[in-house]
Amino acid sequence: MRKTHLSHVAGLCLIASGAMAETPVLTIYTYDSFTSEWGPGPAVEAAFEETCGCDLKFVAVGDGAALLSRLLLEGAGTEADIVLGLDMTLTEKARASGLFAPHSDLAPLDLPVEWTDPAFVPFDWGWFAFVADVDTTAPADFESLAASDLKIVIQDPRSSTPGLGLVMWVKAAYGDRAGEIWAALADNIVTVTPGWSEAYGLFLEGEADAVLSYTTSPAYHLIAEGDASKVAWPFAEGHYMQVEVAGKIAGTDQPDLADAFLAFMLTEGFQSVIPTTNWMYPAVTPEGGLPEGYEQMITPGQSLLLASDEAQAVREAAVEEWRAALSR
Amino acid sequence: MARGAQSLGRIRAPGLALALAIAGFLGAAVWAVAAKAAGRPGHLSAADWSALRFTILQAALSAALSVGLAIPVARALARRRFAGRGVLITLLGAPFILPVIVAVLGLIAVFGRSGLLNELLALAHLPQVSIYGLAGVVLGHLFLNLPLGIRLILQGWQAIPSERVRLAVELEGSRWRLLEWPMLQSVLPGALLAVFLICLTSFTVALTLGGGPKATTLELAIYQAVRFDFDLAKAAQLALLQLALGAAFSAVAYRSGAALGMGSGLDRRGISVAPTGRLPALADSLWIMLAAAFLLLPLVMVVADGIGGLADLPSGIGMAALRSVAVALAAAALSVALALALALGGGPLATLAGSLPLATSALVVGTGVFLMLHGLTNPTRAALPVTAALNALVGLPFVFRGISSAVEEIEANYGRLAASLGLFGRARLRLLILPRLRRPLGFAAGLAAAMSVGDLGVILLFSGGDQETLPLMMYRLMGAYRMDAAAGVALVLVMVSLALFWLFDRGGRTNADA
Repeated sequence: MRKTHLSHVAGLCLIASGAMAETPVLTIYTYDSFTSEWGPGPAVEAAFEETCGCDLKFVAVGDGAALLSRLLLEGAGTEADIVLGLDMTLTEKARASGLFAPHSDLAPLDLPVEWTDPAFVPFDWGWFAFVADVDTTAPADFESLAASDLKIVIQDPRSSTPGLGLVMWVKAAYGDRAGEIWAALADNIVTVTPGWSEAYGLFLEGEADAVLSYTTSPAYHLIAEGDASKVAWPFAEGHYMQVEVAGKIAGTDQPDLADAFLAFMLTEGFQSVIPTTNWMYPAVTPEGGLPEGYEQMITPGQSLLLASDEAQAVREAAVEEWRAALSR
Repeated sequence: MARGAQSLGRIRAPGLALALAIAGFLGAAVWAVAAKAAGRPGHLSAADWSALRFTILQAALSAALSVGLAIPVARALARRRFAGRGVLITLLGAPFILPVIVAVLGLIAVFGRSGLLNELLALAHLPQVSIYGLAGVVLGHLFLNLPLGIRLILQGWQAIPSERVRLAVELEGSRWRLLEWPMLQSVLPGALLAVFLICLTSFTVALTLGGGPKATTLELAIYQAVRFDFDLAKAAQLALLQLALGAAFSAVAYRSGAALGMGSGLDRRGISVAPTGRLPALADSLWIMLAAAFLLLPLVMVVADGIGGLADLPSGIGMAALRSVAVALAAAALSVALALALALGGGPLATLAGSLPLATSALVVGTGVFLMLHGLTNPTRAALPVTAALNALVGLPFVFRGISSAVEEIEANYGRLAASLGLFGRARLRLLILPRLRRPLGFAAGLAAAMSVGDLGVILLFSGGDQETLPLMMYRLMGAYRMDAAAGVALVLVMVSLALFWLFDRGGRTNADA
């Protein structure tokens, strides 16, 4: 009796593992907040698995910079088939590793800039902006912010992608005058945090009048919390963009599945969840348009974005300029 | 002084091999990072040198203040008895075991621009104070490390046999000169070193409270090299610089510390005979109240913040808590075993091996371990065991610090007797050492467990997604705007961490003079 029972169990295990072996697994490395309970991950996984006949497995690795660092540590031996969540300050480094394969043709994109990158596919984007309480008098640009008594909290460009985005923003807007702008901003900066979460937390605690975040951050408070008290300041210089991208690993053992995912990434099943989970603009606007509340977000007059090779070229000098101006 | 004089029949061999193994492991991890590097490291830039200067300056100031202020507080706690004293001592230890970001947010709720202090000042029409800058960094480190200082020094006081105190009182001799100062001389170097080394690798506190790039530490430069530039040669170079600094300061601390030979009593510990008189009593109460206000107010703010978030706790909170506890228990067990072996062996190499993990960049060691494991298995799958092992290593210096002086005491006081009775090896451990080590062992295990519960640095390096611990869950919620839910998780984390610490510490104190 006992023996029969055990052999049944063994049989079931065999069947189960046989079934498992037939289901291909697509492994996607991404950043932490993407896969959290409130992030896009769960909905994206369910939607893709409906059609792919595969098991989609997210591996969450810190933030964007940690993601690239993990991939470079693993090198060609990585288990990743796709890396999702790099931004354009990181893509040159990623490209130079030779680990990424070119993508196939893309569906038409709704980005404020033309997209020509041969390897990386954008899935969402946003404009950096200072986010403040609605009652705070908004400065019109960096120079009037520097002239005011307003206090801001920003992220360190040496440890955070938004922090680096701000440095690029000032550089793209002011060029050679960037150092001067930073020196003038020095007395407005309460502190510089290692990452976005700390800065945003400090802002919500009332430590600063404004925090460097995204033009879409007020949408989170409005839609998820029913709180209309947060706004983004529109700046006359224009706003620097962050474009978040995914890329296929050249050595993947699931090349077709990876291509299928990148194509799926630009369809309704993925894009429609982005605005209320990642709180960014979808790369392809969903059929029903953006969720209610997004119409209240500011639209910058001008979008600033350095090409990724250009960004890589000026980065070191721009960060040093930032450091020198704020160390005085 | 007394070192080496009374070393008859000590259990040396495993300690020595272990010390070498720990140093070798750290070296191998840094080497793995350097070996992966594409080129040779360049020269250190002007920014690196200024980071080095700031790192040493803030660590020295933080250590001096944390330990200096801990002396009167520990003395007051050692000689006064009042209701709730045990609970207060446990609670005062809490800031040390908080995840740093939680501690920083609690601190800011009290000392920040719109914190309690500035609101009070505004009510009184006084000028506002800003904590950001060097002062903020030191304040942050004081908040995190004063608890450690208090506990280490309190142990020293409690180790003075009460017979000695009575004798000193009867002889009308100066208790300070005869007993307390010699005790402090033996405890302070180790405490100073521990705090200094912790602050040497400071990252979140230095950055968040530092106010800007003037307050840049070496650890940030390492973080930048690993994460943004993927310049592993530079990361390894900076990590070695940190290690060399740590080793140099460990050597200085070792030379100036000394085993006491306070003499044996009837194993009744603690200064139960408090000096009489109004003034000392008043001063003691004042110190205890000041320390309690400074250390507990931010904690109260963390709790107050977290209560609102308890309703938003994610569904996985129970599993995350279980994982955190499991990792913590494994880390504590390993840490205590390692520290005990090192402490039994004693000697300069053990002290060095027991301090080095503190002076090593967790990011570099973690990266090195990742690289070493990567050839063998998928490091992500081993996330929890690796986290437990690395947490054990991170906790080792504190556990070692907590029990090594006690072991030295026991050997100094009973070593000759034990040798003359032929008490060696396992019997010596079981009959002589372990029974007298209960209190420091309980404290050390509690500390290691609680520190591990709060770990974010290591788990972040190895995490893959589904093996979420409490700090990781909190960090992910913060990254997704869910600050309220994150505050709720932080509260659960503080509770779990304190409960673990209390259980171990309590266990160590039963049947001692509680």
